[in-house]
Amino acid sequence: MKKRLLLMGNEAIAYGAMEAGVEVATAYPGTPSSEVLMTLAKHAGETGAYIEWSVNEKVALEVAAGAAYAGLRSLVAMKQVGLNVAADPLMSLSYIGVKGGMVVVVADDPGPHSSQTEQDTRLFAKFAKLPVLDPATPAEAREMAIEAFSLSEQLGVPVILRPTTRVSHVSQDVEVGEIRTVERNGRFEKSPDWVIFPSLAYRKHQHLERLQEEMRQAFASLPFNKVWRSGSGSTGCGVICSGVSFSYVQEAISLLGLDLEVLKIGTPQPLPDQLVAEFLKDKKVVVVIEELDPVVEEQVIQVAWKEGLPTAIRGKHDGTVPRAGELNVDLVKKVLLKALSLKTQEASETRAEEVEQPLRQAPTLKLPQRSPVLCAGCPHRASFYAVKEATKGMDAVYTGDIGCYTLGVMPPLKMVDTCLCMGASIGIASGLCRAEQDHLHIAFLGDSTFFHTGVPALINAVYNRARFLLVILDNSTTAMTGFQPHPGTGETATGEETQKIDLATVCRGCGVKWVKEVDPYDLKAAMAAVKEAVSLNEPAVLIMKRECVQLQKKMRQFQVDHDLCVRCETCLELGCPAIVKNGETVEITGTCSGCGVCAQICPAEAITEKATRP
Amino acid sequence: MVEVVNILLAGVGGQGIVLASRVLADVALQSGKAVKVSETHGMAQRGGSVVTHVRFGEQVYSPLIALGQADFLLGFEKLEAMRFLPYLKKDGRLIVNDQEIYPLNVLLGKEKYPPEISSYLKEQTGQMCLVPAQEIAQQLGSPRVVNMVLLGVLAQFLDIPQEKWEEAIYRCVRPEFREINCQAFRKGFSWKSG
Repeated sequence: MKKRLLLMGNEAIAYGAMEAGVEVATAYPGTPSSEVLMTLAKHAGETGAYIEWSVNEKVALEVAAGAAYAGLRSLVAMKQVGLNVAADPLMSLSYIGVKGGMVVVVADDPGPHSSQTEQDTRLFAKFAKLPVLDPATPAEAREMAIEAFSLSEQLGVPVILRPTTRVSHVSQDVEVGEIRTVERNGRFEKSPDWVIFPSLAYRKHQHLERLQEEMRQAFASLPFNKVWRSGSGSTGCGVICSGVSFSYVQEAISLLGLDLEVLKIGTPQPLPDQLVAEFLKDKKVVVVIEELDPVVEEQVIQVAWKEGLPTAIRGKHDGTVPRAGELNVDLVKKVLLKALSLKTQEASETRAEEVEQPLRQAPTLKLPQRSPVLCAGCPHRASFYAVKEATKGMDAVYTGDIGCYTLGVMPPLKMVDTCLCMGASIGIASGLCRAEQDHLHIAFLGDSTFFHTGVPALINAVYNRARFLLVILDNSTTAMTGFQPHPGTGETATGEETQKIDLATVCRGCGVKWVKEVDPYDLKAAMAAVKEAVSLNEPAVLIMKRECVQLQKKMRQFQVDHDLCVRCETCLELGCPAIVKNGETVEITGTCSGCGVCAQICPAEAITEKATRP
Repeated sequence: MVEVVNILLAGVGGQGIVLASRVLADVALQSGKAVKVSETHGMAQRGGSVVTHVRFGEQVYSPLIALGQADFLLGFEKLEAMRFLPYLKKDGRLIVNDQEIYPLNVLLGKEKYPPEISSYLKEQTGQMCLVPAQEIAQQLGSPRVVNMVLLGVLAQFLDIPQEKWEEAIYRCVRPEFREINCQAFRKGFSWKSG
């Protein structure tokens, strides 16, 4: 029985996987990919599939690969930078191959909206010589998820499914079928072929190269590649596009009323050559529209060259389409008119004018930016403030990491001097302390990030006698991506109770002698602990332990006594969104969650708890 | 050209914009339309500027609304409404919550919130509803239902029966909050600009 549901792209991928009978699924959360595993976890009771939040993407990929070795259908999900962490097992896995179908969902983030890079996973797929599917819509993402499992089994290698933010986080009406229940009865068959070894690697490499042709053949017959026409389509001009760009191209063509033929590519790597050659044959000019790298474009150029076709190919190489950032309808409209009128003058002057002319004046005033901020009552704010005050006047560098607490970079706190990638705060601090030996180095990272990639870095630091303070901001969750559990929470992805991994014990196990836990809401105690830690001549770990304010029950509410307030604005140094400057005085608004940190720093004792909430 | 209704929702992370767009999409879905909703997730949800594109009709291509194509701009906050004004059609309608939420730099006194923003918005748009949604929500005892008040006002201009909206709210909202959300919707639905 088919049902029509409103599904976010990531949910649609999970539905596709469940319809295909996924048996084991793993992930580490990361925007815009997190909802894939969250949806699978929600339905685990119905499907019988094993679902886990792994500590990082590398482990997640290995767990999924193990299940696929034994013949099960498995899925692993991550964001694009997560693939960097999982690159090591993935590169060899393409040589070794899988028995059960294995789908690697990697969500790219053009823009980027919530990432440190705009890397293009389609290029990574080329590097790993693996097939990649690039959905245009959530509905297509579901179909691709189903197809990806069979493709993987047919080809014997993992298949990458690569949604982008505007697929992952777009909701659409999607028709779904029955969810399958699974038994999870796999069997690993021993063979030397599972053991990567130089001599085997050479043979596997040859095999993988031969497989590229097989992939092209398999792709050519898939419904994800198709020609879409607007009008007669006989203008001698064409568009080739991949992923969500197809939606923008359709919209732009429809808004401009153009007469065009579009080759929509859903399998950008390796590109089905024959389809492309066929499409190019009767075209004078073709513009390739895709986000990020010219993955399709370069292959289209190769096809044209190989076939000796005179078609002019426009795109990123001639600067027609930008490489950085997201595309959108307005941009695609301009690209179409520019690229195609160059050769054909098909697009009329009036249309060009229409595009150039803004429809409504943008405000002439410079509007204040609204950047994200740490929530009112966020324990990270208290931690940053405590460290800032305790190290005042010292020559200190603060290395930061990936999570909500990256927002500590914002004024007035300004407590993040570096941010590179997951877990890097420790390694960077260890490196800095070699370079500027008279400085103080303090690394900040979250609990989930510590488990992700912090542990090896800490062991390295201790072993090599780096001198620095590590502050673990332990809010008992993975907050930024939607409150997923991690080993420190004592709960699994599907809500079962499990062994809780204690942070302090892990740090001591890593060889750190000075490990302390403190509640950052208790500023005095927190500052005393920081002062003690930085006086040591050895690596130290201070765990700032307090649950994320989003998970705490609304505690109290504070207010300013204007008779006592001396207008010193010390409270404003916290950068708390609940504290508002009102003319000469300050007010505490209803968004106050009652952490009480401002009351502790007010020199006039003018901030007090409200007796009852209004 | 294919007939599509375009609604842009703009405001501040934490104002319930994602939920409002879910209800809107659900209503459209139940009336048999094709729907696309593009949401903001991740970092921006922490008090940043948040915008959601909702599109429905017989056939919807792009998940994003083009500039100057929004039939409605639902502003949850005045500065954010101003920021996203270029998306509104020439004859589009602005429905805006009469509330100012100061960005951090304004709170700290480093930047100025645009003065007389309401009259600016009025000047720029032919059709504007300035809704005291915050006040209405407070009167209901729940400041969080601003989103449903605004949705109620929007519903006045869409040809969908009231009960369809309330059914959608029932489907999208947790049981304990259904009644208050429906009440807020009704307040918005019957609200008349003074």
